[in-house]
Amino acid sequence: MSEAASVGERQNQGCEHLAHHFDTPQQQFDAGKLGMWLFLTTELLLFSGLFCAYAVYRALHPEVFRYASQYLDMPSGLANTLILLTSGLTMALAVRFAQTGKKIGLAICLFLTICGGLGFLGLHGYEYFTNYRQKLLWGLDYNPTRGPHGKPLTPILSMMPPKVRAKPAESPGWTRLDQLGKVGFIVSHSDIAPASPGPSGAAPQEKIVAIASPYGQPANVQLFFSIYYLMTGLHSLHVLVGVILITWLLIRAIRGDFGPGYYTPVDLIGMYWGLVDMIWMFLFPLLYLIH
Amino acid sequence: MASATAAPHVHAPTDSPGNYLTDKRGIASWLFTLDHKRLGVMYLIVGMLAFFVGGMLAEVIRTQLLVPQGLIFNGQTPQAAYAAYKHYNQVFTLHGIIMVFMVLIPVIPGALGNFTVPLLLGAKDVAFPRLNLLSFWLYVFGTVLAIISTLLGAVDTGWTFYTPFSIQTETYVVVMVLGLFLIGFSSILTGLNFIVSIHKLRRPGMSWFRLPLFLWATYATSIIQVAATPVIGVTLVLLALERIMHIGIFNPALGGNPLLFQDFFWFYSHPAVYIMILPAMGIISEIVPVFSRKHIFGYEAIALSSLAIALIGFLVWGHHMYVNGQSAELDAIFSFLTFLVAVPSAIKVFNWLGTMYKGAIVLHTPMLYAISFLILFTIGGLTGVILGALATNVVLHDTYFVVGHFHYVMFGGTIIAFLGGLHYWWPKMFGRMYNETLARIACILLFIGVNVTFFPQLIVGAEGMPRRYAHYLPVYQPYMVASSIGAYIQLAAFLLMAGYLIHSLARGKKAPVNPWGGGSLEWTTSSPPPEDNFQVAPEIGDHYDPYDYHHLVYDANVGGYVHVDSPGHDAPVYVVGSIPRPVAG
Ligand code: HEM
Ligand SMILES: [Cu+2]
Repeated sequence: MSEAASVGERQNQGCEHLAHHFDTPQQQFDAGKLGMWLFLTTELLLFSGLFCAYAVYRALHPEVFRYASQYLDMPSGLANTLILLTSGLTMALAVRFAQTGKKIGLAICLFLTICGGLGFLGLHGYEYFTNYRQKLLWGLDYNPTRGPHGKPLTPILSMMPPKVRAKPAESPGWTRLDQLGKVGFIVSHSDIAPASPGPSGAAPQEKIVAIASPYGQPANVQLFFSIYYLMTGLHSLHVLVGVILITWLLIRAIRGDFGPGYYTPVDLIGMYWGLVDMIWMFLFPLLYLIH
Repeated sequence: MASATAAPHVHAPTDSPGNYLTDKRGIASWLFTLDHKRLGVMYLIVGMLAFFVGGMLAEVIRTQLLVPQGLIFNGQTPQAAYAAYKHYNQVFTLHGIIMVFMVLIPVIPGALGNFTVPLLLGAKDVAFPRLNLLSFWLYVFGTVLAIISTLLGAVDTGWTFYTPFSIQTETYVVVMVLGLFLIGFSSILTGLNFIVSIHKLRRPGMSWFRLPLFLWATYATSIIQVAATPVIGVTLVLLALERIMHIGIFNPALGGNPLLFQDFFWFYSHPAVYIMILPAMGIISEIVPVFSRKHIFGYEAIALSSLAIALIGFLVWGHHMYVNGQSAELDAIFSFLTFLVAVPSAIKVFNWLGTMYKGAIVLHTPMLYAISFLILFTIGGLTGVILGALATNVVLHDTYFVVGHFHYVMFGGTIIAFLGGLHYWWPKMFGRMYNETLARIACILLFIGVNVTFFPQLIVGAEGMPRRYAHYLPVYQPYMVASSIGAYIQLAAFLLMAGYLIHSLARGKKAPVNPWGGGSLEWTTSSPPPEDNFQVAPEIGDHYDPYDYHHLVYDANVGGYVHVDSPGHDAPVYVVGSIPRPVAG
């Protein structure tokens, strides 16, 4: 901390970057830093909506999460975790090199960070692709032909509630809900918790039947995949933006823009990359390591 | 930094002080300006256009409801009536969306906040002027998307977008929602900018407890903007994905939970009502002491209650969902917290009254608005408490009582305070005075109009009339007609206001530096200010206090107040707080 402050003070020399409405470069640097912290807070809150959805549905359907998580490729997720951790380290080093004016180290570290980001995106893209081939998608498009780890799906007819059985399943696997009626109209088949007793007589009396999958899966596995794609998709988008920003940093670094007198962009984007890293460190166990 | 030394003087602007409105010319100098004052003016223009459209829609609604079967949207056969009533749904939805997302939320921070925050701080601009410009354009693009969606097929979900209906309706929800996403982003960036500005751009000597209260209010508002808006952002994106990709998160048919949507929505939208009201309260805290010629009573209480409102405001969203299937335990907790959040609001009201008590009250237009605010907001707040009580809510939920409540707070609170602030800072913004007599008439007319419109809604709601209906039982007609008459009175007041304000722009009397005798920094620079806000960067003396009016005396030659070093000596020298205040404060 104190070291960072003294480094910040040295920035006072970099006057050509001082905007007219700031008195000192230090004030400008502090403002940028605070702004970035606030921005990261909003990012965290953006994700928190999804984390909240995750928590709610995991509490409502623990069996779905336990079951569906087995579909995910744990080794690939672990590899991605290691890649991001390493790129976090190289980014931190880049900030340090920028502060101390080591231009070659800075460029190398930025380059390595970009490689890490691209590697992550590549691996993750491949994971999406295999999921897609297995029809492990969201909502109605969740329609796998095999169970986790390539096991066959065996039909268990007794689990089917009467109304579902009345409709023939067209493809092996999940009974497509849209055969039952227009999306959004079959509330009584869903397994949302019954409404709490309202004013007298308003509460639904019968227990709502859950839709059971005919193939030994718990109901509503598609929910897990919706959440999985939302969370990892939003995160990957952030990685992509990070890669673009760091590429821009790299170009400027090669041009020699940064040094002890001026390194604000490296510092701020480093903070951003830290957040992207950190979010993945939550996503990985929450999605891949459910037992 | 500048701690113990006596403060140097800041002299009154003399030769060609500069004028941010006219120093640069050409349309591009406006569209791409980084000047917070110009951005404020542009927010004002767009916001007022939106307000006009939203207001016209309101007049349509009120005209429809003049007769029980509906005057505009009705039909002989059930099918025809159904189709017509759908249009009514579109009208009130658009009215709500425009007023909430394009007027109430952005307009005070965007227009008045942008204009005044740096001035009150003594700064040259906000911390991130480019971001400020981006924020403005996001607001405009968001509004454009909303217009496009309306032209394609206006949304009919109500401003709350409750699922599953918002997933099923054929109207263009996705486009509308993306527009609101952009507007939300704009709101986040504005809040972020203000927080950083208030932290980092205070003049040396401007400590936290010397900030004018409008800044405290803006600070609290900004916290909410930064912390709550991302949640509505992700919610709206989820809703869009729900429609495009059928992800099922909020769709019961796919295992999703529609209550989760309501939770997410209100997690933002309840704090959002404080985004609307806190800056309004900030304005009132500026106006009341100036026009009572008396130091603000309970500065710390007002400042900190803003923060308290911002924080507790995050914990009460469940009071919108008492009867929607939330558990009884949660209902009770939310009800308790709702009662709690009314406390800091009440603290403010008492402090404003304390400020007025034994003050030398001057009933200029801004003060008339402030008094209107006190009355109307109190009615709104008390009806809020009635709604926050569980037993009464079960009866009143989704009736016109709720409509009456939120119009008393949103119109009687936010809009009235905004107009007060507009009249208060108008001379500073545009360098012109307006016709005081007409302004007072418009204000009183508006006050009457608001009450005639919304009080009958409270009664008819308590008698059981549901909200959002295109037709109603004949027994309710007297109330509905009264309410519509009130809406026409308001229209008259607004037309009058538009008239004298435009007249003021064209040929209003030139405004002095300090027309009302305000003690904060914006009243020490010329009207309108130069591009860099102050000819000389203001120095904050040891005794600076924005609510100390002892050294401001009215000078008939200037037509405004001037700062004097000691009573009896009226040289127009602007000294900010170099003289000790009497021990009393
Ligand atoms: C004294 C503080 C307040 C309390 C205790 C309070 C309480 C409530 C309650 C309990 C409801 C839900 C009614 C229902 O739907 O059953 C409600 C609705 C509402 N309130 Fe307030 N309120 C307060 C202040 C405000 C303020 C300051 C604003 C805005 C400036 C506001 C805007 C709204 C809006 C827009 C709704 C209706 C939302 C809708 O369903 O469309 N309230 N209020
Ligand atoms: Cu609320």
